[in-house]
Formats: sequence, structure tokens, C-alpha cells
Amino acid sequence: MRHILAILLENEAGALSRIVGLFSQRAFNIESLTVAPTDDNSLSRITIATIGDDKVLEQIVKQVNKLVDVIKISELTDRKHVERELLLIKVLANTDKSRTEVKRITDIFRGAIVDIGKQIYTIELTGDGDKLNAFIETLSNETEIIESVRSGCVGIARGEKAMRL
Amino acid sequence: MTTELFTGAEMVVKALSALKVKYIFGYPGGSVLDLYDAIFQQDEVEHILVRHEQAATHMADGYARATGEVGVVLATSGPGATNCVTGIATAYMDSIPMVVLAGQVPTTLIGNDAFQETDIVGCTRPIIKHSFNCRDLADIPNIIAKAFYIASTGRPGPVVVELPKDMLVPQNKAPYKIELDVSMRSYNPNVKGHPKQIRKAAKAISEAKKLVVYSGGGIVLADASQLLTTLVETLKSPVTNTLMGLGGISGTHENFIGMLGMHGSVEANKTMANADVILALGVRFDDRVTNNVEKFCPNANIIHVDIDPTSISKTINAHIPVVGLVDVVMQQLLDELNDINYTPDEEALKEWWQQIHLWRDTQHVGYEQIEGEKIKPQRVIEAMYKITNGEAYVASDVGQHQMFAAQYYPFAKPRQWINSGGAGTMGFGLPAAMGVKLAFPDKHVICITGDGSIQMNIQELSTCMQYSLPVVIITLNNRSLGMVRQWQDMVYGGRHSSSYMESLPDFCKVAEAYGHVGIQIDTLEELDSKLEEAFSIKNKLVFVDVLVDEKEHVYPMHIRQGSIDEMWIKKGVKA
Ligand SMILES: Cc1ncc(C[n+]2csc(CCOP(=O)(O)OP(=O)(O)O)c2C)c(N)n1
Ligand SMILES: [Mg+2]
Repeated sequence: MRHILAILLENEAGALSRIVGLFSQRAFNIESLTVAPTDDNSLSRITIATIGDDKVLEQIVKQVNKLVDVIKISELTDRKHVERELLLIKVLANTDKSRTEVKRITDIFRGAIVDIGKQIYTIELTGDGDKLNAFIETLSNETEIIESVRSGCVGIARGEKAMRL
Repeated sequence: MTTELFTGAEMVVKALSALKVKYIFGYPGGSVLDLYDAIFQQDEVEHILVRHEQAATHMADGYARATGEVGVVLATSGPGATNCVTGIATAYMDSIPMVVLAGQVPTTLIGNDAFQETDIVGCTRPIIKHSFNCRDLADIPNIIAKAFYIASTGRPGPVVVELPKDMLVPQNKAPYKIELDVSMRSYNPNVKGHPKQIRKAAKAISEAKKLVVYSGGGIVLADASQLLTTLVETLKSPVTNTLMGLGGISGTHENFIGMLGMHGSVEANKTMANADVILALGVRFDDRVTNNVEKFCPNANIIHVDIDPTSISKTINAHIPVVGLVDVVMQQLLDELNDINYTPDEEALKEWWQQIHLWRDTQHVGYEQIEGEKIKPQRVIEAMYKITNGEAYVASDVGQHQMFAAQYYPFAKPRQWINSGGAGTMGFGLPAAMGVKLAFPDKHVICITGDGSIQMNIQELSTCMQYSLPVVIITLNNRSLGMVRQWQDMVYGGRHSSSYMESLPDFCKVAEAYGHVGIQIDTLEELDSKLEEAFSIKNKLVFVDVLVDEKEHVYPMHIRQGSIDEMWIKKGVKA
């Protein structure tokens, strides 16, 4: 099962390496990990997508919680939540046909072309993982993908519930 | 008005003395010379110079285990710090409060592969409770206060504080401010058991017909042995201890059924296997206890009390988990039992105890000492027990001798038994014993060891001389890495691959060379008298080298992959 975990922790040197170290030390899986300071600069927020059964998930949550820097951890996937990921992708757009197709597909997926080179378009798209996958696949049927980068997912619970101090 | 300014080195020492630290165990080197200079100029904190940094960590560890205080280590950057790694891992596995101050190259050089630069925070990340990098010397006092707080509260453990040289030098100064009453928003260690869980636990206990209390190192760490004894006497139930928990209840208490696990008593393991309710207190269902987890106590309703939620349902699913400080939870449980007018089910108890006594009477494993033959190692432990009235502190190394000591020296009190249970670190025994002796100079302190283990930190005989630490070292000399040899006998067709040593030194002469007394014991006839002699020498370290039967195996022993009560009780015989 895939789980998305949101972690609130002290924004201190070494805090991220403790999380990453823990995952590798205990052989927990990391599908993606993102980290950045929050609106309160003394705190960081990490979103980790991981795969594991319930027992593994229970250990992950407990082990992360045990780290002295960690303030809170919650699993987003067991409740209503919003999940987003950013994709930046460069594709070959060197013929009229490919330029039109890329533009059309990008519009359908509500992406945006953010840079144009002599032969290359750079596109930005946000969405959940499935949407990004579908976009990449569709593009690859029409043209050549030169380079791509994904941010890893971030997530937040829907409704009144908030994760804060 | 001007505020007084201090160097980082002075602040470290000031903070340590504010935290009432009496001893630091360490070894100097370039990056920490300013700190050594500050130590030299005061006399509140005494520095104990070991001969190898690993020994400093074990000595601090032994001191911490015996006193309950935080053990403090100081090492220089690079090799000094990496030499501490084994000792940190040892403390981590057994949840021992320890603070390791490690030097580091100046912040301006960090990352440059400078001379004696090692990322010790990185090296120790998986084996510490927490660590600090110091980047502003004004933070030093509070970092140290936090390090002590984290090391000693909740589930205790080692904390590493990295001190770059430019934080310590005389040129850099700052005002000294320390907050001893530490609180941290991300760390709240004082946890009471959830009342709902306490009620569930009390209910399960009151309905039990075959209850057993399984208690561990958590009881010792929490100084909760009095409460445990009260609880067991209230429940009238059998109680078993883990290797780490020995002394948590007196080894001669009538409800005590011995240690459990790989080399535990048959009766303890059978009691566990047949219990309908297991009250697990401050334990972690270690694989050396459970044997095959798939077959572990299938009929038991498990109540698991521990301060560390990660220990609960990690290997064995707990039916009633209770997260909390074990002493607090035991008191809550006693109160709840009182509220529900609990009385033990005498009839069920009678039957249960009859069964346990039957196991004990028919399957208890002993040993056979034949007059005129080689000394049995178990016999040495029994003699040692008699001579010391069961009151000695016993620090152990790792191997067969460790298991014999655990089996044949019933510890009356917690903190009397000092051993590396989780990590199984050979070389732990002597420095740990030294730490204990430093704390309790008037008590008998024994290092029980083997011919293999003692050689892993034998250089500390020199430290013992310098600080006058007259521990009694008893080496069960079987001319082999006995525990390895035992496995080779049982599992590897008797092929003794690198498990015996043909070049042992004359240990008595080694001891004498360091200025101590050496006593060799070869025969059974002289065992008691020579041991008496060893313990009667008060102001000198005595190294007792006992030649024991190298063929002796530790029994009982779990049959691999079996259930908890599937055991060998002697060669080829199953329980
Ligand atoms: C540092 C370390 N290395 C290796 C081992 C593996 N090991 C466990 S017991 C043992 C043999 C110990 O020999 P000795 O100290 O003579 O004790 P004996 O078993 O003979 O009583 C070994 C090598 C260990 N526990 N620790
Ligand atoms: Mg040996």
C-alpha cells in the first residue's frame, strides 16, 4: 500500500538527515520526499510517499515520531486530503506538427509552456501522480522527451483539521 | 556593567559542574586541548584518562548503569571519536544514559578532509538518541543541558555533542547562560499510561488463570524494582526476567522462575509458552527472548508496557499496549486493581504453580562437577556468589561466561548486574567494572570475563593502576572463544574454525606487569580458597585466571527457529 506521510519538525541542521537515515537504516521504502520550511521559519515540513503494509506503516510512524526533532507526523492517505506534484518537462518541438500537438496536449492537461527554445518546449504541470504519469505518456506518444523532473508529492488534509504547533 | 565572558571550553566545564557531573572519561587530542586545559584549571569535574576511547565509553556506561546517572565521555576528533562508536552502540542497544563530547576540526575546515576530521555525527546517527552540532559557542551550555536531559529521560540513550575547535579556543568568548530546567516542544518524555488501557490491562489480569510477569531492563532503568516486587506479590504470579532485567526482582524471590530466552531456564520459557496472560514490563521481545516469532506464545493475551512506542508490536503484536513510564504505569495498575477489589484466583494460581514446580523439578538444567576433573565454569560462579554473599556488582564480558554468570549468580538488587545485552560487546566487561568501582569503591566489583573478551580491552589494567581501581577480574579461561565454539559444536559439525587460541598470554604475569596481583587456579581443590584469597586483597586489583573445562556448553539453549520453550537441555536431549 502506498502512504503519504506529513511530518512537522524543527528546522534544524541535521533534522532531514535523521529522517532519511532512519528510512535507510530500517529498510523503509521512500518513493518520494520533499522538504521546505513552513510559514513559521523555525519549522520544516516533509512529505514522504512510502510503500508498506500496515505493520510497516505503524513502525514508520512510531520511529519517525521518536526522533527528538519531530513534532508531529500524520498519515494523509487514510483521510480526505489534497495531493499535488509539480512536473517540469522538456520535449522536442522541432516540427509544426509536434509543436501543435505538444501545445494541444498541454492545454488539455491544463499545463503551461514556460519556456521555448529553438527546438524545445519546457512545460510545467501540477497534479497528482497519476495525472503526471498520464501526461508524460501522452507526450511521449507524440514527441521525444528530452528531460523531466518531478518534485515529489506534497499533501495537506482537507477541511478544518490542521497540522501545526 | 559588563557581563563576564567565557571561552567555550570554560563553558563546557561550567555546564558539566552545573549538571553535577563528577567524572568525565576520556582521552586528549588536538581538537580538544583547550577543553583539557579548562579541565586542568578546576577541580569540580575529575577527568579519568583511559588507554583507549572505547574503554572510556564502556567505563562511562558502567558508571551510568550502576549509579543511574549520565555517563560522560570526552574524545578528540577523528580517530578519538570513531573509537567511541562501539561504546555508543553498546549504550544505545541497552538504553543507557550517556553524553559523548567529541572534538571536531574548526568550523572553517569542516568538509575539507582536514587532519583528523571525521563526521562523527554522521557516523553515529543510527546509534544515538540524538546529537548536536555546535556552531555558536554561546549555545554550548544549553546544548549540554539538553543533551543530558535527552540522554536521561524517557527511554534513555546516548547523545553526541560535536564541538569544533574554534568553539573552544581562548580567542572566542561569550556570556554563559544555562537553562537547567529544560523543556523542548518536540520532545515530551513523561508519559502516563492511558487510563482506558490501564483498565483493560487490570481486567485481563483479573481474568487470567495462568499469568506471568515478564520484566526487563526498563525496570532497572526506571528504578522500579520495589514496585515490581509489590506488583508480583499482589498478583502472586510467577515472574521471569530478561538478561537485562536481572535483579529487577530478587533472584532468590520465591516467585522468580529464572531468566527467560535463549539460555533462560526451561521453567521460565515453559511458563511463558503456556501462559494465558503475559504482563510484559519494560521489555522489547528481543529475538534472543522470543525464538521464532511465528510460534511465540500463541495462547497468550499480551499486555505490553513500555515508554517507547516503537518497541510495542514491533516483533510481537501486543493485545493491550500501554505506552508510559513503567514505574508510573505499575502504580496506575496497582491503583486500578485496588479499585476493582482485585484478589488473585487462588485455585487457578495453585494449579498454575503446581505445573511450574513440576517443570522446575523435572526439567531444571544443572551441571555436574566431578571431583578430580577440570573445573566447571558454573562452579566458579557459585563460589564467587558464596564468597561475596550475592552482594557484588558483576560486570560481564560476552560469551559463555556471561551466560553462566547470569544463570548462577542470582542478583538480589537492580544495577548489580552490568552486561552488554543488546549489542553483546566483547571488551565491555573490564572498563564497565572500572566505572562501577569508581562509583562504589567500597563494594566488591567483579569483572567476569573470558580469555577472548579480556584481551579486547586489557590495556585498561594500566588505568586501574593509575586511579587505584581494585576490581576483581575473574577469567573463565577455556582457551577458546567458547560461545563460538559451542555454536560450531552444535551447528557446524564440530569444525572449530578460528574459535580457539593457541597463543594465550600468562594472564597472571600480564597483571603483574601492570603492577597488580595475579592468581591462577588450576584445580577444583584450590578453587574456593584461592578465590577467598582474591577477595580478601582489598587495595590491589586481582586478576584471577581460572582454567575451566573447555568442553562445557551453556544449557539450556533454544533450538533454532523453534518456539520459546523448545530447548536443548544437554547434548542431544530436548526439553
Ligand atoms: C566485539 C565482538 N566480536 C565478536 C563477538 C562474537 N562472539 C561472541 S561470544 C565470543 C567468544 C567469547 O570468548 P571468551 O571471551 O573467551 O568467552 P567464552 O565464551 O569462552 O566464555 C565471540 C567471538 C562479540 N560478541 N563481540
Ligand atoms: Mg573463552
